[in-house]
Amino acid sequence: MTSASLPARVQQLGSPTRRPGSGKAKTTLVPYGYLTPTMVLLVVLMVIPIVMVISYSLMDNVIMKKNPQFVAFKHYSDILTSESFWTAVTNTLFFTGVSVIAHLVIGLAFAMMLNTGLLGNRTKAIFRTIYVLPWLFTVAIIAVLWRLLLEPNGVVNYLLMAGHLTGTQVEWLSQPETALFAVTFINIWSGYPFYMTSLLAGLQGIPADYYEAAQVDGASPWQRFTSITLPQLKPIIISMALLDFIWTTQQFALIWMTTGGGPLGTTEMLSTYTYKLAFSKYQFGTASAAAVIVLVISMILAFFYVRAQKARD
Amino acid sequence: MRKKYLAGIAAVAAAALAMTGCTGGGTAPSASSGGDVTLEFAQWWEPELPAGSLRALMDQFESQNPGIKVKLISGPYASTKEQVIAGAAAGTMSDVVGLDGAWVNDFVKQGSLANLSDLMKSANFDESQLAAQVKLNGSTYMIPVANFVYPMFVNEDLLKTANVAKVPSNRTEFAAAAAAITKTGKASGWVLPLDTATPNGIQNDVMSWVWASGGSMLKDGQPNLAGNAEVKDVMTFIKGMYDAGSIAKGTFTMKEQDKVNEFTNGRVGMMIDSLAHVNLIREQNKDLKFSVAAIPAADGYSGKRGMPYASWGIGVAGNSKHPAEAFKLVSFLMGKDVNATLCNSAHAFPGNTQSVPDFVNADPIFKQAFEIYQAGTATNEFTGLPVAEDLMRSFDEQFQKYLAGKQSADEALTASQSAWESSFKG
Repeated sequence: MTSASLPARVQQLGSPTRRPGSGKAKTTLVPYGYLTPTMVLLVVLMVIPIVMVISYSLMDNVIMKKNPQFVAFKHYSDILTSESFWTAVTNTLFFTGVSVIAHLVIGLAFAMMLNTGLLGNRTKAIFRTIYVLPWLFTVAIIAVLWRLLLEPNGVVNYLLMAGHLTGTQVEWLSQPETALFAVTFINIWSGYPFYMTSLLAGLQGIPADYYEAAQVDGASPWQRFTSITLPQLKPIIISMALLDFIWTTQQFALIWMTTGGGPLGTTEMLSTYTYKLAFSKYQFGTASAAAVIVLVISMILAFFYVRAQKARD
Repeated sequence: MRKKYLAGIAAVAAAALAMTGCTGGGTAPSASSGGDVTLEFAQWWEPELPAGSLRALMDQFESQNPGIKVKLISGPYASTKEQVIAGAAAGTMSDVVGLDGAWVNDFVKQGSLANLSDLMKSANFDESQLAAQVKLNGSTYMIPVANFVYPMFVNEDLLKTANVAKVPSNRTEFAAAAAAITKTGKASGWVLPLDTATPNGIQNDVMSWVWASGGSMLKDGQPNLAGNAEVKDVMTFIKGMYDAGSIAKGTFTMKEQDKVNEFTNGRVGMMIDSLAHVNLIREQNKDLKFSVAAIPAADGYSGKRGMPYASWGIGVAGNSKHPAEAFKLVSFLMGKDVNATLCNSAHAFPGNTQSVPDFVNADPIFKQAFEIYQAGTATNEFTGLPVAEDLMRSFDEQFQKYLAGKQSADEALTASQSAWESSFKG
C-alpha cells in the first residue's frame, strides 16, 4: 500500500514533521500498543501451550516425573510403530471422510430445498427450523439422546422390530460390526445443519439471471446445477469441507460419551487414543507426541484452508 | 491526546492480561493476615452429599481449631482427578485431597503425596481405629474415610416370576437363575457394563467374582493372570452366561449408570452395584422390590467372601506448607463421631472401626448389607496398583475379545498379563 492510498488521518499520524525526534519513535510504537492485547492473548493462549506440548513430547514422561530426561523423538517412533495408533488413524479417516461427504451432500440437498421457489415461505420456515435443530444441541445432549435411541431396548430397535425389518435387538453401539457406522451416523446428524445454513446463504447470493439465461438456452435442471450452482458454491464448499475435516478429526466428546473408543477398539479415534495415553496411562510425553502429530495434520489442512480463502478473496 | 489515552489503555490492558496469564491457575495454600492458616480441601464428595453437610463439618472443625480455616474445592469425580493430577504436576495441589485408591500409586511415584505414617506418628494418632490404610513401600499415603461396598442386588419380583425359590449363593445357582429370568422374556438375568471409557466394570462386575471366592489376580503384589485358574474360571462362567443370552445386551459399551438404569427399570434381574445407589433406585422406581446379598461364590467355597468396595480416601499433599494442620483435618474426619456423621450422610460404611452410622440400623437393606460386609472382607486389589484404570482397560479389551469369540480365555489372560507387566514396570 502506498502512502497516497492511506486515509488522511493516518497519514497525519505518521507524519514525521509533526513532532521531530522522540515523536517519530512514539508514532512507530503506537500500532504495537494497539496490537499488544491481541499479541499477549495469542502468546498466552496459543504459543505457550503449543511450545510446552512440543517440549513435553521430547521429554521422558513429564508431569509424572520430577526430573524428566530429554529423549528426542523416542515417543514419536513409539507412536508411529504402534498398531493401536494406526487403528485410530484408520478409524479417524473413515469417520471424518464419511462425515464430511455426508454433511456436504445432505447440507446441499436441504439448502437447495429451502432455496426453491416451489415451496411457500411458511413451509420453508418450518423446515428450516426442523432441519437446524440438531445443531442446537450440545454434544453431551446428542450423545445421551442417541445412546437412548440406539440402545438394545431403544426406540430405533422397537421401530425396526415393529416394521419386521429385524428379528432381534441390534446392539448398534456395542457390536464391533456396527459401532463405527453408528457413531459416524450420529456425527453426520449433528453436523449437517452447519453446511445447510452456509450453503443456503451461498445459494441466495447466486444471481437469478444466471438460471434464467441457462433456461433460455435450454439447459436441463441437472446442467444448471452442475454448471451454475456448483461452480458458484465451490469456494464455500472447499472452505467448509476443510474446516469440517479439521473439526471432525478432533472430535472427542461424542466418541467418549457414546462408545469410549470401543467395542474392541473399533471406534478408537486419534482424540480418544491421545486422551487415554494422558489420563489413563499417565504417559504425558507420549500423549504430547500424539497431540503434536494431530497438530501437524491440522496445520496442513489449515494451510489449504487459508490458501482456499485467499483464492476466494 | 486521544491517541495517547488509547495507547495508555492498550498498555494497561496488556499488562493486566499478562499478569492474569502469569498468575492464573495458582491455588497455592495461603496463610492469611493475622496468622490464620487456610487449608484447601479438594474433593468430589460435597456434590454427592446432602447440601451443606460437608461444610457443616468444616465449620465444626474450624470452631474446634481456631486459626485454621478450610476452603472446600469441590467438583465431580472425573474433574477432581484431572485437577489433582494437574495440581500435583504444577506443585499447586490442595493441602488435603480426596483420593481414590486407584490413583495413589501414581501420585506417590510422582512424589505429590505426603507420608501419612510420619504425620500420624508426629500427631500421636491412634492407627488402630482405622479400618484400612493404603500403603506403599510400608508407608501410608491414603486413609479410606468412607467405604461403598458392592453387593449383589436382586429384583425379587423377577426372581419370583422365574420360579427361582431362593437368592443364588453360588455360581451354578446364579447362572441358572439368570437363565430362568431371561427365559421369562420380561428381562435379562444379569447386567455387565464393560465400557472401556470407564472400565471399572472389570473391578466391580468381573474381578468381584474372583474375590468373592477368595481368589486373587495378583501374586506377591505382581500381576498373576496367565495361567490363573481362579480368574479363568470366572471368565468361563461369564462367557457361558454371555453365550446363553442371559446378560443384558449392549454390554461392550455399557456404562455403570446404564447398569443401574436397567436394574431400576426392571429390565434385569440381578446386578452387582454400589450400596450408594440404593436411595437412587428407590427414588426412581418406588415399586421395585429388591434386596441385597453376598456375591455368589464358586460352588463348594466356604471361606470368607471378598466384596469389592470403593472408597472416599483422603491424603495430604506433598507440597502443603501446613502438613500438621492438614493432618488435623484428616484426623478430625476420621474421628469416631465425625466419621459416623459423614458416613451417615453418604450412606457409606465407616473408615473408623468404632463408628456406627445410624442408617445401618434404620434401614433393612443397609442392615443386611452391613451384615454381609462384617461377615466378609472388603477387597479391592486394584487399590494402590500403578495406572489402575489402565489395568482395568487393558483387561477389559482382552476380555471383550474373549467374549466375542475372537480369542481363548488363556490367550486373553496371557495378553493381559503382558500388558499389566509393562504397566507395572512403568
